[in-house]
This record gives sequence, C-alpha cells and structure tokens, in this order.
Amino acid sequence: MNSKYFYYKRKLTSSIMMLLTFVAALAAIIPLVFIFYYTISKGVTYLNLDFFIAMPKPVGEPGGGMANAIVGTLILIGIGGAIGIPVGVMTGTYLSEFGNNKFVFLVRFLTDVLSGIPSIVVGVVAYTMVVLPMKHFSALAGGIALGILMIPTITRTTEEMIKLVPHSLREAGLALGIPKWKTTLAIILRTAWKGIATGVLLGLSRAAGETAPLLFTALGNRFWSTNIGQPIASLTVYIYDYAKSPFEDWNQQAWTAALVLILLISVLSLVFRIITRSKYKTN
Amino acid sequence: MEIKLSVKNLDAYYGKNKVLNNISLNIPKNKVVAIIGPSGCGKSTFIRTLNRMHEVVGGTIKGEILLDGEDLAKTDPVLLRKRIGMVFQKPNPFPTMSIFNNVAAGLRLNGVRNKKKLTPIVEKCLKQAALWDEVKNNLDDSGANISGGQQQRLCIARTLAVDPEVILMDEPASALDPISTTKIEDLIFELKKDYTIVIVTHNMQQAARVSDYTAFFYMGELIEFSDTKKMFTSPEKQQTEDYIRGRFG
Repeated sequence: MNSKYFYYKRKLTSSIMMLLTFVAALAAIIPLVFIFYYTISKGVTYLNLDFFIAMPKPVGEPGGGMANAIVGTLILIGIGGAIGIPVGVMTGTYLSEFGNNKFVFLVRFLTDVLSGIPSIVVGVVAYTMVVLPMKHFSALAGGIALGILMIPTITRTTEEMIKLVPHSLREAGLALGIPKWKTTLAIILRTAWKGIATGVLLGLSRAAGETAPLLFTALGNRFWSTNIGQPIASLTVYIYDYAKSPFEDWNQQAWTAALVLILLISVLSLVFRIITRSKYKTN
Repeated sequence: MEIKLSVKNLDAYYGKNKVLNNISLNIPKNKVVAIIGPSGCGKSTFIRTLNRMHEVVGGTIKGEILLDGEDLAKTDPVLLRKRIGMVFQKPNPFPTMSIFNNVAAGLRLNGVRNKKKLTPIVEKCLKQAALWDEVKNNLDDSGANISGGQQQRLCIARTLAVDPEVILMDEPASALDPISTTKIEDLIFELKKDYTIVIVTHNMQQAARVSDYTAFFYMGELIEFSDTKKMFTSPEKQQTEDYIRGRFG
C-alpha cells in the first residue's frame, strides 16, 4: 500500500512539473505569435509591389513605397558585414586556435563587455569618430556602427564553433605536414563553417533591426541614395519616424515596413541555409 | 642493417611532469617495430616525439632523435611530418572532404592542385591501403560516411599519399572489429616493404604477429628492446615476462 502511495505521488509530481514546463514554453512563444499576428494583419494592407519599388510620397498623398529604405538597410548591413564579419571571424579564430595567454583573456573579456554595451552608445561613438570629422551624416558612419555591434556576436560564436571541432582533426592536418595556418583555414574553419555562418547571420539580423545607432549616423533620407558618403534611408528609422507621426496613413506604412524587415531577415536566413548546406548527407 | 631512426637518451615532459626517462633505441629501416606496455607507460608520448607532435600539445623533450643521422630538433616540423606520417587511434577523416579529397588532402593543401596528377596517386594509395575496391565507385562521397574500419584505411591511404619514409601508428586497430583489424595487420605486412613502421599496440598477439622488433615500456622507461620472436619466447627481464604472461598491466 505504501509503495502504491509513493507511486502515485511520483506520478503526480511528474505531471505537475511537465505541465509547468509546458506552460513556460507556451508563455515563451506567445509574444512571438502576437508580433507576427500584428505585423502581418496591420502591415499587409500596404504590402504590394509598389512598396518595394516606389519612393515615399509626401504626407497626404496616398500610396508610395520604401524602395530607398529597403536598399538603404541592405547597404548598411552590407557595410556592417564587411567590417564585422572578417574582424569577428578572425578574432574568434585567434581566440580559439592561437591564443593561450593573457592577451586572449583580455580580448575575450572586452568582447563580452562590448556585447553588453547599449547600441545607442556605439552610435554615439560612430558619431564622434566618423560623422564629426566628415562634418555630415553618412551611410558609412551607420555601417561602421552596425559593424561594431556585430563583432561580439560573430567573435564568440566563431570561437565556440571552432572549439567544437575535434582536436583529432587538427592533429590529422598537422601530421600530414600541412602548416598550421593552412590546417586552420582549410580544415578547422571549413568544418566549423556552418556554425560560424549561424553566428554571422545572427549578427547581421541584429544589425538590420537596429534603430538607435542609425539615428545620428546614417540619419535617414527621403530620397533615393546609394552614396555611402551621404545620409541614407533605412527601414528601422522609417518605422521609428512613421510610427510616431500623427498621420494614420504613415502609421500603417510603419507596420508594412516592419513586416518587410522581418521578411528581409527571413530571406537572408534562408539564403544562408542554402549556401551553407552540407554537400554530404549526415547519417 | 640500416638504421632509420635513432633515439638517444630521450626524456619527455608535459610541463614539469616527466613521462619518458632516458630512452635509447634504434629503429631499423623497412622493419616494423612494436611498442607495448600498460596504459600510461609513455608509448603514445614516445611515438609522438618521433614526428614532433608531442610539442603540439605543449610537451618538451631532452635528448636526441636522429632521422637518417639528421637531428629532428633542427628540422622544420612541417617538412619533418611529410617524411614521418602518422595514423591515429581513432579514425579521423576530414568530414567536409570527399574520399578522394581526404586522400589528396596532404598534397592539395601543399599546393598540388592538378587533378590529373592527383588521380593516379589517390588510386595508388587507396589500393595500397586495400580500400580501393570498396570505394572506387563513390570517391565523391564524404570520408566520414564509411565504416570505422574503412575510415582507418582511408586515414592510412591519406598518410601514404604524402609519400613518407616512416609511418607511425598509434593503436591503429584498437577501435576496430576483428575483421578490420586483420585487414590493417595484413596491410602493415605489405607496407613494410616500402616503409619503416612504428606501431603502438595494447594487443600483444598483434605485436607478435606484425612486428620484427618489440620494445616494452613501463613507467616511462624502456625495459627491453629486442627481436619480437625472442621477446615473446624468452624475454631477458622478469618484468617483461610478467607483462607478456599477463601477470600485470
């Protein structure tokens, strides 16, 4: 009888804990569901071809699109990526492969600190370093701010992914008389590539969604511009401007811009998955 | 008898921890030398000093190792490892490379890109490693998708492709089933015509089957080094006899 009592007690505890974890999982996805629900339901009204190929219209005139902002966001994360990806991947490689000293400890610590710095602070730094000497806002300044923001994510993911590559592969490379730098490049990085790409994607997505550091670097632009020396439009800054404007029409377009931003990141993610797809089936 | 590798008064350390003490032995050319001894006796460390892989994990040595009379400490480790190849305990093919590229890796990554040049070498090495018939129709498959025994023979083929003079094998069959083990042993027998082989093994029958000479290591010391037949029939030292008879270790 006693054993039966414990049996049911154990069963009950198990069920309660299971329920709790299920509720927690549900709570975690609810905000995501709301985000999707609102952006899609509110943003879909203006989602048409025009939104992608037309320029913004003045207040009062209906229609128009955000072609300049879409291209602007792509240029900004392009510049950011051109800075953040090489620096991040190489730093991560250095940390895991070549360093076992105080300098590495310092770099790792500073990278962690950098990842904790609010993005607006990075914007201020880019403002001081690039905008003030150039004497005007520019896509370059915005891109540099985004690049700095990407570095910690990409560095740490690269480091962790390289650490997952079995030590035996390094030894196999070296034992074949392949120099260390080539072993690292052609064997280690090649093996860890998929994981590194995920880190790069995370960095790019985060950068694409940044608004604060762009406000006083890339600024924004009502017109078509692909000149990186000039202010440039971006989806996030448009969302910010349009969402707080008093015009109903603009508020609607802000939702559409948000939807397009999500779509853009999804497409980017899909492209990455296809590029990094392994040549071989894993069994 | 021509001496390929000559080890003189070798001490090996990990940090301050001494793991090999005053080892001296001569490894003759085109022979198989087996290294036996209980776990932790320094066998693996010993063969890793021979291609300077010991220093990759931060180890240091004292004493001298001569390859054809040339001091290893004075050679470039990268060039040295082309002359002294190594097969590891666990098969470690490169998972991102095809079977073909696994074999060609050592050459390709050292600048030989011409596929016309590589193809006959890859075929020859796979044949030498007795793997050709099993993989000739899927050379473009991943090197990690074949069986463990095949992977180990792939690793041997990969080592052969660099055209080494000496092949070090660190318990090459300990992770394999008996049939694959037999294949590897037959292979060693074939390979010694062209190469000098040093093999670490836990398996005394294996040492007796494949080697010409056997070295018995215990607690970082070389206890006995002699002709394999003599070692397994009438060892000189009591410790060797106890180990071979299975009284310890």
